[in-house]
Amino acid sequence: MTTTKGNPRFSSVGTRPVRHDGYDKVTGKALYGADVELPGLIHGKVLRSPHAHARIISIDISEAVKVPEVQAIITNQNFPAHKDEAVSETPGPAINLKQQTANILAGDKALYKGHAIAAVAASSLHAAEEALALINVKYEVLPHTSTVEDAIQKDAPLLHEQYQNNIASHDVLELGDVEAGFAQADLIVEREFRTSTVHQGYIEPHSATGWWTPNNKISIWGSSQGHFQIRDRTSLVLGVPVSDIKVIPMEIGGGFGGKTTIYLEPIAALLSKMTGHPVKITMSRSEVLEATGPTSGSYMKVKLGATKEGKITSAYADLKFEAGAYPGSPVGAASNCIFTPYDIENIRIDGYDIVNNKPKTTAYRAPGAPIGSFAAETLIDELAEKIGMDPLDLRIINGAKQGTTRASGISNPVIGGIETFQATKDHVHYQSKKPTPKTGRGVAAGFWINGSGAACAVANVNFNGTINLTIGSMDIGGLRPAAAQHVAEVLGIPVESINPQVGDTETVGYTSMTGGSGGAFKTGWASYEAAQDVKRQMLERAAEVWEASLDDIKLENGFFIHSHDSELKMSFKELAGHLPDTGGPVVGRANLDPRGPGSAFATHVVDIEVDTETGKVTILRYTAAQDAGTAIHPSYVEGQIQGGVVQGIGWALNEEYFMDEFGGMTNSSLLDYRMPTSLDLPMIEALIVEVPNPLHPYGVRGVGEVPIVPPLAAIANAIYDAIGVRMTELPMNPAAVRKAISGG
Amino acid sequence: MDSHLTSDRVDMDDNETTTKFIVNGREYSLKIDNRYTLLDILRDHLRLTGAKKGCDLGECGACTVLLDGKVVNSCQILAARIKDKDIRTVEGLSQSETLHPLQLAFIENDGGQCGYCTPGFIMAAYPLFESEEELSTEEIKLSLAGNLCRCNAYGSIIDSVAYALEIKTNE
Repeated sequence: MTTTKGNPRFSSVGTRPVRHDGYDKVTGKALYGADVELPGLIHGKVLRSPHAHARIISIDISEAVKVPEVQAIITNQNFPAHKDEAVSETPGPAINLKQQTANILAGDKALYKGHAIAAVAASSLHAAEEALALINVKYEVLPHTSTVEDAIQKDAPLLHEQYQNNIASHDVLELGDVEAGFAQADLIVEREFRTSTVHQGYIEPHSATGWWTPNNKISIWGSSQGHFQIRDRTSLVLGVPVSDIKVIPMEIGGGFGGKTTIYLEPIAALLSKMTGHPVKITMSRSEVLEATGPTSGSYMKVKLGATKEGKITSAYADLKFEAGAYPGSPVGAASNCIFTPYDIENIRIDGYDIVNNKPKTTAYRAPGAPIGSFAAETLIDELAEKIGMDPLDLRIINGAKQGTTRASGISNPVIGGIETFQATKDHVHYQSKKPTPKTGRGVAAGFWINGSGAACAVANVNFNGTINLTIGSMDIGGLRPAAAQHVAEVLGIPVESINPQVGDTETVGYTSMTGGSGGAFKTGWASYEAAQDVKRQMLERAAEVWEASLDDIKLENGFFIHSHDSELKMSFKELAGHLPDTGGPVVGRANLDPRGPGSAFATHVVDIEVDTETGKVTILRYTAAQDAGTAIHPSYVEGQIQGGVVQGIGWALNEEYFMDEFGGMTNSSLLDYRMPTSLDLPMIEALIVEVPNPLHPYGVRGVGEVPIVPPLAAIANAIYDAIGVRMTELPMNPAAVRKAISGG
Repeated sequence: MDSHLTSDRVDMDDNETTTKFIVNGREYSLKIDNRYTLLDILRDHLRLTGAKKGCDLGECGACTVLLDGKVVNSCQILAARIKDKDIRTVEGLSQSETLHPLQLAFIENDGGQCGYCTPGFIMAAYPLFESEEELSTEEIKLSLAGNLCRCNAYGSIIDSVAYALEIKTNE
């Protein structure tokens, strides 16, 4: 563990306290979704389509219901009917309820292998499984399409009648005049790129427990990245008011964007209503891979033009992203991110959202950005090579600054993009000689938008001077300690005397999900404001105890002091002891919707070696620089950086959905869907750059997502450096590298 | 999708056997379905939540426990194989209030993020802690290669194990 002295500007911010949830996690006491146990609990199981695309002719449950112990069976027909249009009745993006519901249990068609068709509740899991096998579904198997390039062909099977050529949307971002920009260029680089479908791969499978009591109140237990979002969506799908649904967040075993939507929750609730019992449904690993998540496979054509001095004059991107069975790929985010590390006057980006017969894509860490970056950053590397310029110098001279206009038309706030280029260039890794002549070295940069949203926090002061802090954001990467550090910083008390917890949807105010790297930004801020509220009230109590004027009392380093009387001094703890005599409890609260989460920039450098005989790429050394604004808990920032890098390495080198001729995923297990293990990796060095975000009280920027953006291109550029071949398709597994070496 | 689906109903009672085994020092004698795995027995019968089900196929290591001192994926051990066996789970590592050095090391070195894989890693590392041999980082990595961590806290997990081994050596 690296230790630092912390941030000289702060007392608690910048230190590395141990996790408040550490004890529970090392003793097995931390309870995750599937650990829920309730009186009378019964089990649910979901029947899934064996076909990639099929019309559902009939579903016969007559034999299945005869299985003893089976208590209820539902299909899509048991949900309320919804209109086929996007609605925005709750905070967050508009959703098409008919499509959302049909993804939970299929309507007239199964649109991917693994698509849920029916669900059973039974007293035992075995009986539920047995009943599934007795449900007789008649399908009319239809032709399928598994890639974006196939999906847009004229004769491709249509998933939804309303999307011509399976194109759900086509959006354009335009800045300046790309043709004029290319005309100014001395040289132009242009390539096609393809990436595979990949999964978030969290180790905890989805699990939901629903209990619908006869007074029409619903409780839902499960792990998600946002229990308010789970509540809202479940409410919409079931047609039940949000006030009748309580979602209790369990500990989450990884999400990475994949646990931001609903799959099992409405099913468990409805089965509970029908049986009178709480119902728990937990997915198997193959269900997770075949029916949740993943992120898009893609086809891209990208073109860059530059002067011989290295100034990029124009950039064009054609991005065709797979949405899966229903619209909603992250192509919009990819368009917003692809060229944003740079100041380019002329840009055009065509973004296509394309449906095909794969599971509906869900957010995956910086959704879309790594895909676009793979293409753009490979071409930047090629430009540098052709111009004969250091690839970081090329980035530095084109680097986006405060005030640079992005493709979206937005002007950059205070950012640390060039700072990460420079930090990488100055780092001993980049300065060092490559260890062997066979070593390939590559660099790439990345940008992520970062999000925010509503957040609430409640700080209850105990009479012994400790604080119970309740936040509304799910903790997926160390948010509880980070929130506690905000409170500790404001009040000058030890972070250990704060007990942070995540409240359910009835104990804390509406808080948007932990996503978009916004958790530490918005909930850190809410915790800061709740602590400020505590401070105001505690100062009043001190004034009361001392019978002094409020204006004369200050809080400094955890002590209440009187400006003119040095005898009057009380620790936070001592004053807390006076609360019962001075009006009772003190509760600090905050409810806010802060803007300006700051933008995230990262620059990575990687050394690799290619085994030219087998095509295997080995990562030798990896350094990831990132602007964190202000690192609240540097270890967690490093953990996020390292985690994102390794997911990027898996995406670059191994991970992909193998689809068979029938359009089904053939590698839906963790042995065949190959994620990195401890043996695949060197230590990833995280280099935290701090360009404070002026729009947060302590300067925080979100850090969780951008580290997954650069690795794909950084590794591709390193492979080029090693073997002289541009890799333009992912994954760059041994077979692909071998093929590239032998000339395609 | 699930390989264990069956359309032939099997009478559960025919598959039940009374089995004696020890978990974390306590002896159990339970009538259990032979088709159950050790993981299901630990979770569903004994209500021990430390061993996690990540894949149920022996591929992720989240369910790692010790069976007669040997590291096993409990999801791959059928009930019949635990007769008279001594099983240890993460719940059995700490002695009352005192955490095992491995547990302390994982807390202090932040050997995990979401924590779902943590009990499995700790149990996989347990024999390393018991071993008299001095182990290199590569040997630690190799011993933990059967456990997946998607938060990719591998660096701090390996640091945690190395730290625990160091504490032991210095004691």
